[in-house]
Amino acid sequence: MELVVDRERCIGAGMCVLTAPDVFDQDDEDGKVLLLDPVPPRRAAGTAVRQAAHLCPMGAITLVPGDGP
Amino acid sequence: MTERAVPDDRTLPIPRTCPFSPPAQYAELREKEPVSRFRLPNKDEAWVLTRYADIRAILADPRFSSDVRLPGYPFFTPERPSEQPIQLLIHMDPPTHNEARRRVISEYTAKRTRDLRPRVQRIVDERLDAIVRGPRPVDLVAEFAVPVPALVMFEQLGIPRADHQWFLSTNSLLISGLTSESERDEAFGALSGYLLDLIEKKESDPGDDLLSRQIAKNKESGDYDRSWLTGLALLLFIGGSENMASMISLGAMMLLRHPKERARITADPSLTPQLVEEMLRYFTIAELTMTRVATEDVEVGGKLIRAGEGLVALTNAANHDPEAFPEPDVFDIDRPARSHLAFGFGPHQCLGQSLARLEFQIVFDSLCARIPEMEPAVPLEELRYKSDDEGVFGLVELPVTW
Repeated sequence: MELVVDRERCIGAGMCVLTAPDVFDQDDEDGKVLLLDPVPPRRAAGTAVRQAAHLCPMGAITLVPGDGP
Repeated sequence: MTERAVPDDRTLPIPRTCPFSPPAQYAELREKEPVSRFRLPNKDEAWVLTRYADIRAILADPRFSSDVRLPGYPFFTPERPSEQPIQLLIHMDPPTHNEARRRVISEYTAKRTRDLRPRVQRIVDERLDAIVRGPRPVDLVAEFAVPVPALVMFEQLGIPRADHQWFLSTNSLLISGLTSESERDEAFGALSGYLLDLIEKKESDPGDDLLSRQIAKNKESGDYDRSWLTGLALLLFIGGSENMASMISLGAMMLLRHPKERARITADPSLTPQLVEEMLRYFTIAELTMTRVATEDVEVGGKLIRAGEGLVALTNAANHDPEAFPEPDVFDIDRPARSHLAFGFGPHQCLGQSLARLEFQIVFDSLCARIPEMEPAVPLEELRYKSDDEGVFGLVELPVTW
């Protein structure tokens, strides 16, 4: 599983950081999403990452299925 | 606009008959006619949405505008609200909205919010110290739920102590649905005038506060606009005070009603965040603010919403949609509730939601820890509630003792 974030869409709501803090962060200045780990370990972060994508109010997080670690 | 007959029982707002569940009509609408025509208090018509999936979709859909100046925009006052001279973030559309929002979001990032924890904790502790020393019973609304979030906002914006009382009472006039249009305009004028002066002072004498930082940031980017910043300050205060007070008092009441849940979070505060999400979902206090107008013809739930037609998204109906939240009328702190729409969705989702979450967590944890023997001083069935059209749904009083 690979993660793609659309920083143009992001409005800095912070739902991803709240939900999966090991995978997402926010820029201190404009609040936009920063990806800490574009290929998060499937078992450890899978559920939280999926939830973060669902919770994003701008639909700025996409999960691309793949082999991943 | 096509003439459609709207039955008499389809008039907004639909009052809550029970504090613990949405109006019964919501479930019926959601099931039989999730996108339906309603009459507003001024006799205009608007579309009313009740399903979680539809509401989530339209709140994120750029074909629906938040610009109240557009013809067809729904409102709940008897007359169209007078156009405010100051542009507000909540009435703007992308892309202008998103750029403006990003400029202030640095104050509300997850990290920034974590840094605010000690300041919020100090405000809560000081109020609880005073309550514990004071007479019993105590009204938790007036002595705790109202002052705590207001003090957080005063400190964040850098509003001097001497002005707190005046600012708070003028603000209640502005947001109450019982205030006349002219009184509301007067309150808006007084508060914005005050904030404009304050901002002007901060230009030459900056402090450690949001307004001073925004002045510097906007000057740096070369498009500093004092009146815009005034509108922002007002919006932040409104969003961060009355709504917060309502949720704090309703939440405290739920802790009194549900001793088992209270015991669980007292023993294990790591459960408090999910308690808070469930409280937000369960009450969805500010639902009448979720209004839009279509800028293109859009099909929603099998109905065609035409350009220029207004809609009201009943988020309390969405947050009690069994498709999204099984057994929705049960208060269950173990359910995953974070996907609720109490903070809205899409580009206008509550700017201060991370601060709100932080405040709620500190407030409920501290209340449980400091006054573990707290009990209601009147039977809970006798509590009086403020209706949604009085501003936001909430409690008039919450007398407690210990």
